[in-house]
Amino acid sequence: MSDDAITRTHPAGPALGRMIALLALAVALIALPFVVQALGQPALVPLATRVLIYAIAAASLNLALGFGGMVSFGHAAFFGIGGYVVGILYRTYVDDALFLGFILGTDQLLITLPAAILVGGLAAYIIGALSLRTSGVQFIMITLAFAQMLFFLFVSLKAYGGDDGLTIRRRNALFELNTRDDTTFYFICLVIAALVFLVLWRIVGSRFGMVLAGIRQNERRMAAIGIAPYRYKLAAFVISGMGAGLAGALMANYLRFVSPDMLHWTKSGELMIMVILGGVGTLLGPLLGAAALVILETVLTGWTEHWQLVLGPVLLIVVLFTHGGLNGLISRLGPGRSAS
Amino acid sequence: MTLVFEQLLNGLQFGVMLFLLAAGLTLIFGIMGVINLAHGSLYMVGAYAAAFAAAQTGSFLLAVLAGLTAAALIGMAMELLVLRRLYARDHLDQVLATFALILIFNQSVTILFGRQPLFVSVPPALNGSVQLLPGLSYPVYRLAIIAVGLLVALGLYLLINRTRIGMLVRAGATHREMVRALGVDIRLLYTAVFGLGALLAGLAGLMAGPILAVQVGMGEQILIMTFVVVVIGGVGSIRGAFFGALIVGLVDTCLRAFMPGLLRHVMTGSEADALGAGIASMGIYLLMAIVLLVRPKGLFPAHV
Amino acid sequence: MTGQPLLSVRGLRKRFGGLIATDGVDLDVRTGEIHALIGPNGAGKTTLITQLFGELSHDEGAILLEGEEIGALPTPQRVARGLARTFQINQLLPDFTMLDNVALAVQAHQGHSFRFFAAARRDEALRGRARQHLATAGLSHRAEVRVADLSHGEQKQLEFAIALACEPRLLLLDEPMAGLGHAESEQMVAMLSALKGRVTMLLVEHDMDAVFALADRISVLVYGRVIATGTADEIRDNPEVRTAYLGEGDA
Repeated sequence: MSDDAITRTHPAGPALGRMIALLALAVALIALPFVVQALGQPALVPLATRVLIYAIAAASLNLALGFGGMVSFGHAAFFGIGGYVVGILYRTYVDDALFLGFILGTDQLLITLPAAILVGGLAAYIIGALSLRTSGVQFIMITLAFAQMLFFLFVSLKAYGGDDGLTIRRRNALFELNTRDDTTFYFICLVIAALVFLVLWRIVGSRFGMVLAGIRQNERRMAAIGIAPYRYKLAAFVISGMGAGLAGALMANYLRFVSPDMLHWTKSGELMIMVILGGVGTLLGPLLGAAALVILETVLTGWTEHWQLVLGPVLLIVVLFTHGGLNGLISRLGPGRSAS
Repeated sequence: MTLVFEQLLNGLQFGVMLFLLAAGLTLIFGIMGVINLAHGSLYMVGAYAAAFAAAQTGSFLLAVLAGLTAAALIGMAMELLVLRRLYARDHLDQVLATFALILIFNQSVTILFGRQPLFVSVPPALNGSVQLLPGLSYPVYRLAIIAVGLLVALGLYLLINRTRIGMLVRAGATHREMVRALGVDIRLLYTAVFGLGALLAGLAGLMAGPILAVQVGMGEQILIMTFVVVVIGGVGSIRGAFFGALIVGLVDTCLRAFMPGLLRHVMTGSEADALGAGIASMGIYLLMAIVLLVRPKGLFPAHV
Repeated sequence: MTGQPLLSVRGLRKRFGGLIATDGVDLDVRTGEIHALIGPNGAGKTTLITQLFGELSHDEGAILLEGEEIGALPTPQRVARGLARTFQINQLLPDFTMLDNVALAVQAHQGHSFRFFAAARRDEALRGRARQHLATAGLSHRAEVRVADLSHGEQKQLEFAIALACEPRLLLLDEPMAGLGHAESEQMVAMLSALKGRVTMLLVEHDMDAVFALADRISVLVYGRVIATGTADEIRDNPEVRTAYLGEGDA
């Protein structure tokens, strides 16, 4: 693949243009709630929140998929598990009961988010440890199948709503903030998303990230310099699952609802679409991709309930005829950048 | 005892349906190296075309023809228009492009036939039951499915091991260049193989019509189970697909039939039912996990 | 010579179905020597290297590195014990620059890579060492070029630089001159002889001029068997070798 604007390969050169673009993005994201209020479109704030949450999930998936070359078709499982951690802890808290007989419930975001990250990571460890014994097409099928298994698990958990899902009456609390307020919740998600992207950026450029990118490019070469790929792939898969769990926990708070739908295999597909729309293996690509998909969905559902009939061909065209997704497209159109 | 026997037959019937899908999927993967998520869509196409033809004409024979033709034609069109461009691509592109096809197929069918499931009646000739054992009468239609499935398995075995086409197919999987050098049009071969896979998926779909609801999403539900079959059996192996399908069919059916009953010995009725259903629906995936631990390449890995 | 050899292979056998690729190979590589492995095409030279390196498992026999049996170890652990190889068909990281490729090998040699925070591309401990290895291989001027944009010859030299960065005790070289131009070949021969004595090498090579110029000892592999081992002169004069190999070759 080519060197993209915000790229996995590129060394030094702290390109000034890139710094300015990042700064502009940050300013735009911070100003967004105020601007849309002023424009009389307050409904856009929740929409933007959704984009941020999906961006976290897609960026996490991208660590495994884009940087590590592991085509996981089961990331909705970790996303859904994150959601259920919030839901079950909240239900346990409201019922004043103990989950599994020893876990106290809570409605504190500072506890539920780390818990979701932990449980998401644990699930990714178990599924990853098994799935990474294979590769290629089997890996895809197996991650999909394990996610489907967890989907059925939550469908059968009648105590937590089964098929119908679980309503969370109030969003988790964070300090004295009014998390119910859309703008406040947007900023919470923005800060978390910024942290996630920061962490991913550091990981991708670290020794670990270099090894991961090396494994994606040529496992045989990596073994020949003394690196056993399995542990590194598993670690990346676990980190990726943690991020998806975090996003799921935020989504459960955002919707104040969690259901097996969050683990449905089509959700895994959507996360992959976001990654490829934005540009596989680019840092900010998933944000672009999440925005593109959420906006496309919102606009199209305004016209027709059959919006997927548009999404299908769009996706097909992107896969068959573009390389590097939107991010690649932008960097190719951008000034002074050749598609090397 | 008769109950157990009946469930074994049900499992066998489900198993051969899975085999029809798994055979096509594994053949297409083994030969073209493509993972085709839209394989389940061909199953759905077969089911809908047959249901539609049956409703219009009342003839089961025409329904069968319609189901097979529609699935094979759409399958080959799919290969010509989309899949052919994906042979040289990585799995990610294949997954996403065929996922896009699923979206297109599902929405198109929803627009054409609506969201309500269609129900298809069992053809009169195959209606009724036969007495297999004292106290066990079993629907003729389900027996017919088993028979068709086993016949197809035998036919595939002969086709692949005994014919020139089969030889090309086997050689095409491992020595693409050599087959090409023999002057065989490999593109035509691929399209034909794809058509065959689509035909089998359509066959499974049209046979499923009278026993399951024909509805959007039916393809993906069975597709994921087919993946489990392929992983358990070994990717690329028809023999693996056959035994994997029977194992998965039997295990799934028996767990669903007996798990709640077994649990009722240790807990109350409704809890046992819920938990039993949960364990039953997860059963084949756990089986897959165990197979992966013991034999990461599946039970019958394709020999290179 | 006294003392035990660095690498000692005993009775190594490998079958592919009915074909015997390695047929009871015995081979000793002494510390410090360049030991060339020659033989006609299809003799099983690359297959042997691949088994020594653990990428292919053998059916029978023993592989000893300084007396320690390493035959059951996976490749990364053999690398940790001091083996490195170059590939006849380049195995490189195409999206990375030359420097990245070598720095990653330096990094792997320094221990585990579970370090998630510091920027690896600004780590002088890695980059500085990698630049030295590139300089040894005569590639400094191309350090920041992406592998995908390199010529075949440069990729070949990069293979060598990466293997050096593993700081091996025993270097397995699989046709390092194959596909190189005349000037590049001479450069490679010069590099190998500069390294002679510091790193022990098992050299598979078809270029006989290079082999006779470099090798302390030569083993001849025919149909998966070592039919002779000796100095260049001994091998030249060996009648069996002449009929089996040199006679049919370009002599």
